[in-house]
Amino acid sequence: MHIPDNFLSTPVWAALDAVSIPAVGLMVRRASRELEDTRIPLLGVMGAFVFAAQMINFPVGPGTSGHLVGGALLACTLGPAPAVLVMTTIIAIQAFVFQDGGVLALGANVFNMAVAGVVAGYWPFQVWGATRRRAAIFMGGFLSVMVSGSLALAELLISGVAMPRVLVFTSLGLFAVNALIEGAITISVVQALEKLNPGFVQKPESSNGRVLAVLGSSGVLLGVAGFLLASTAPDGIQRLGRNLGLTSKAAFATPLADYSVGYFQSGWLRKATAGLAGLLLIYGLCAAGARMIARRRSA
Amino acid sequence: MTPLIEVRDLRFQYEDGTQALDGINFTLHAGETVALFGANGSGKTTFVLQLNGILQGQGSVTVCGLPVTKDNLATVRSKIGMVFQDSDEQLFMPTVLEDVAFGPLNQGLTSQQAIEKAIAALKQARMEHAANKAPYHLSAGEKRKVALAGVLAMDPEILVLDEPTTFLDPPAQRNLVHLLSELPQAKLIVTHNTRFAGALAQRAVFFERGKLVADGTVQEIVQRFDWTYSALAPEDLRYLAQRRL
Amino acid sequence: MHHVLVDQWSQGSSPLHARDPRAKLLVLVTFLVALATTAGNAFPTLAVDAALLAAGALIAGLPLGRLLLRAMAILPFSVTFGIISWLAGEHLRAIALVEKSYLSTVAVLLLVGTTPLPRLLSGLEALGTPRLLVLLAQFLYRYLFVISEQAQHLRLAAACREGSSGAHRHGKFRAAAGALAVLFARSYYRAEGIHQAMLARAFTGRFSPLNPLRFGPADGFFTAVIGAMLILARIQ
Repeated sequence: MHIPDNFLSTPVWAALDAVSIPAVGLMVRRASRELEDTRIPLLGVMGAFVFAAQMINFPVGPGTSGHLVGGALLACTLGPAPAVLVMTTIIAIQAFVFQDGGVLALGANVFNMAVAGVVAGYWPFQVWGATRRRAAIFMGGFLSVMVSGSLALAELLISGVAMPRVLVFTSLGLFAVNALIEGAITISVVQALEKLNPGFVQKPESSNGRVLAVLGSSGVLLGVAGFLLASTAPDGIQRLGRNLGLTSKAAFATPLADYSVGYFQSGWLRKATAGLAGLLLIYGLCAAGARMIARRRSA
Repeated sequence: MTPLIEVRDLRFQYEDGTQALDGINFTLHAGETVALFGANGSGKTTFVLQLNGILQGQGSVTVCGLPVTKDNLATVRSKIGMVFQDSDEQLFMPTVLEDVAFGPLNQGLTSQQAIEKAIAALKQARMEHAANKAPYHLSAGEKRKVALAGVLAMDPEILVLDEPTTFLDPPAQRNLVHLLSELPQAKLIVTHNTRFAGALAQRAVFFERGKLVADGTVQEIVQRFDWTYSALAPEDLRYLAQRRL
Repeated sequence: MHHVLVDQWSQGSSPLHARDPRAKLLVLVTFLVALATTAGNAFPTLAVDAALLAAGALIAGLPLGRLLLRAMAILPFSVTFGIISWLAGEHLRAIALVEKSYLSTVAVLLLVGTTPLPRLLSGLEALGTPRLLVLLAQFLYRYLFVISEQAQHLRLAAACREGSSGAHRHGKFRAAAGALAVLFARSYYRAEGIHQAMLARAFTGRFSPLNPLRFGPADGFFTAVIGAMLILARIQ
């Protein structure tokens, strides 16, 4: 789900830009130290492959079909960090060249799909890849789409986009269906790939796997949190956003308009503090996560 | 005078154990054009990839007197201009000019010098009008000529062309023959197209299961191995004509 | 394919095409931020923004009608959410969603319609985007069409077999997975071929840039004037 511009409130997109830029930056720095420029063609061409893969339809029901999203497949063929970079590039090209997803919302989309989606998609493979391979790969495909979708929905709700309960549930249900399809596509493509050349699919990296497991589970946790927040209390999440001063209504568009008494006397101060605190928190998490991935890969 | 290319007892095995090259001896002299014939999988492409060290096997390969070793790779790759079978793989930069300038930049030229080199090479390949186009928008013949310009820009002494007529229609093939015949470099041409080879090369060698089994004039080799351009020998044609009756 | 059209637009020559990509990117971000923080009913501001876009398209010589038509691709999404917001009683937000997301889309189209992607990427790199990502994007865009064409062929081949075999859904699903695996493998080997071709031309492990960008006085003037207009319109 590519969020266009002007759907997210300013604090939300700004915070996610602020999170994604250094997170991706860290991945890049580490990646460019270890992969030389020789791997760039491979990553670029695989990005083009993911684009092109959308043309191949998978029949799933009467009159409906799905297609590959790709985060989990890339993670278990190229490795998680290169997969994050490839997905980031895809999302950026979609935003600029195809106007699919916003430019200011690039950080949000990259965070949802390239960072959280890929990491969550790799996590089951990392943990169970050696023992319950099939289930792990299916689960990876499922989680990558589910986590991205839940995060996007949670971000929209936090931004104050009004959505009736029914619609939230419908969206979550649709995400779940898409996620199941992605899981099924990922595992069938992986199996077909292994028949062509077993070398295509990486071995789940066991060395120092703990770090990635932590990162992956935090990605999944974040998605689950988004899912739960969105499904149990869509009104609550909106209220949360409003209280934190994150909804677009309360933010810059009509500042102080529906300002109610908070814990700070000044609405601006409250908003700034809350925004900054949230931003720092997420930033810290991502920076730490990215550093861990980087360290793990260099080990 | 030292030969341009001197290959002695070259062997190469792929990781899966296939013996792709099995004791090759080969010499290329200045000004020569040699055609490489042989069935698919007989080792022709593997052989030419050894010449600039992209693949490395046992035995000795020297190019312009330099052994093809790690230290000499940069020099050797400047001496051998290789035009690959799939132009889309060779033209990887966003525009034609950038692609042709890629080699000169790797040779350490400044941007300005590289652009001058690139434009000169594009003129030589009669493609200067396409300098700012994206490779994707070119025809197969144009792509091949740009790929050729990309290696000419590096001032090579030897041109290696791997199946240069693939994907080209007859006019584009003729065009390429004229272009290549004007170039002074020694050439190695891997091809199935015996007429194309005959138009450019005097000498030919024949590969069979990783071995270089024959070396002679193009005509000799074509006759000896019944290696005809149309794939159908006269007796095949007679047989088919009878069946149609 | 529709992006080929925008690619053609970007090859034009106009004062807007000639601007340094960094100038256009800075102006675009200013535009988007100003728009994002504008209230949905601040119609004078929105009118100035829209007028600037229209002026840009005219100066660039882009077909305004087709540009506006293409930007409508955003509408199904934004109108849906607009209706939802409207029904929830948030009329202002509903209007804002539709009009602002549309204007944002037009603005991005105007940028890519006047800037060939390689130049846009150089601009992004000059503004601090890591080189690895820029190169990745460059390769991705270069092979996007090539590999899409292969995907097209695979799809066609699958469709040709479909009629006769009458495969059930499960079989078709597996066939599609097989096609994707083949596409994956071809892409993978193509990348190997590209790498060999790079080595053959003495690639040393570092890409050297060819066209340094030049941010001239005209670019500074453009950035300052349009940026100031956007900010002034925003704060009124």
